[in-house]
Amino acid sequence: MSRLYLARNPRVAARSLDGEMMIMSGRDSTLFTLNRTATILWQAADGATPLDEIVEHRICNEFEVEPAEALHDAETLARELANHEILQISEEPIPPFTPAAGGSL
Amino acid sequence: MPELTTAVERLSLVIEIGGMPVRVHTTDPGFLDMLQERYSGFVTSSEQPERQAEIEFDIDLTPACFADPNAVVSVSEHQGRWTLERGDFRAEWNPAARTGWIRQTANPYSIDAVLRIVHTLVLARQGGFLLHSASAIRNGKAFLFAGVSEAGKTTISRLAPPDATLLTDEISYVRKHDSGYVAYGTPFTGELAKLGENVSAPVTALYLLAKGSENRIDALAPAEATRSLLANLLFFAEDEELVQMIFHSAFDFVSRIPVSRLTFVPDARVWELIG
Repeated sequence: MSRLYLARNPRVAARSLDGEMMIMSGRDSTLFTLNRTATILWQAADGATPLDEIVEHRICNEFEVEPAEALHDAETLARELANHEILQISEEPIPPFTPAAGGSL
Repeated sequence: MPELTTAVERLSLVIEIGGMPVRVHTTDPGFLDMLQERYSGFVTSSEQPERQAEIEFDIDLTPACFADPNAVVSVSEHQGRWTLERGDFRAEWNPAARTGWIRQTANPYSIDAVLRIVHTLVLARQGGFLLHSASAIRNGKAFLFAGVSEAGKTTISRLAPPDATLLTDEISYVRKHDSGYVAYGTPFTGELAKLGENVSAPVTALYLLAKGSENRIDALAPAEATRSLLANLLFFAEDEELVQMIFHSAFDFVSRIPVSRLTFVPDARVWELIG
């Protein structure tokens, strides 16, 4: 079974306030407020840690849920966040984002 | 041999909103008169050269034709030039050269939209923004009243007492200034169709409007305040850098300015809570 890696999309604006993670799309200014699970995925999305490890160490501990069920739900959520261009997902580790010279971010 | 060209007089005026002068050139005296009336109180004539315009627009008037002013606005940047488009206008603006052009029919709505967009682009880089809100000055302090359509912006503006100076009933102009924010009057009107006064004052509070059965003010937690502020910002550009800027400006604003929910009965007593 292949593993899934997550990375934050560098093209969004993100900030946490009072424990609430707010994300704004750089493309169309849509504002997203992440729930607790999505916030955990966002915070752990370093491109190097596979999703199953994030689920095991961060989600199962916090929510007392079965690993297989948690992984299934987390993968669904990760794909949803990727559809909104909040996260990038890949079956390979995702290298850190480095802005091109003269880039706008 | 007959002359093939004739000199056309180039007319201009300066529309200054939020302390930012924009010079507009046209060859149509009727259109110039219309602009002078539309932006009354925000216009200085071209005979006042001491105030250099930050932006100059040439207006190319096209023959009247059907164009949908409710069409989607498109604002994008390419190689240093902004392109602004809607069903009823097309415009370009080069910030480095401080010049641009607007192609539209002789109506006041198209240029109004262009001005709003250009101001949002300029303000975004300076930590300011345009906000869907009424605003007014009372006792030297500016108060913003934000909300979507029907939230009560026009109502609260209409109920303002004589000692309050209305800055706008629809779109507030907010600039970052030192450690705070300043609200300016705008000619951008809503249902009240009354231009704001061309004055400014430090922003003291932002109220999110809600109509109810009593008058009350409830402080909002920073996260809800920021979310509400972001939801009411005017921003049109598909530009990651500016979106980042305006996003972080909203957080900065909430960290400096109290944001509350103002529930009000639509009568003048609500102003007893303000000022």
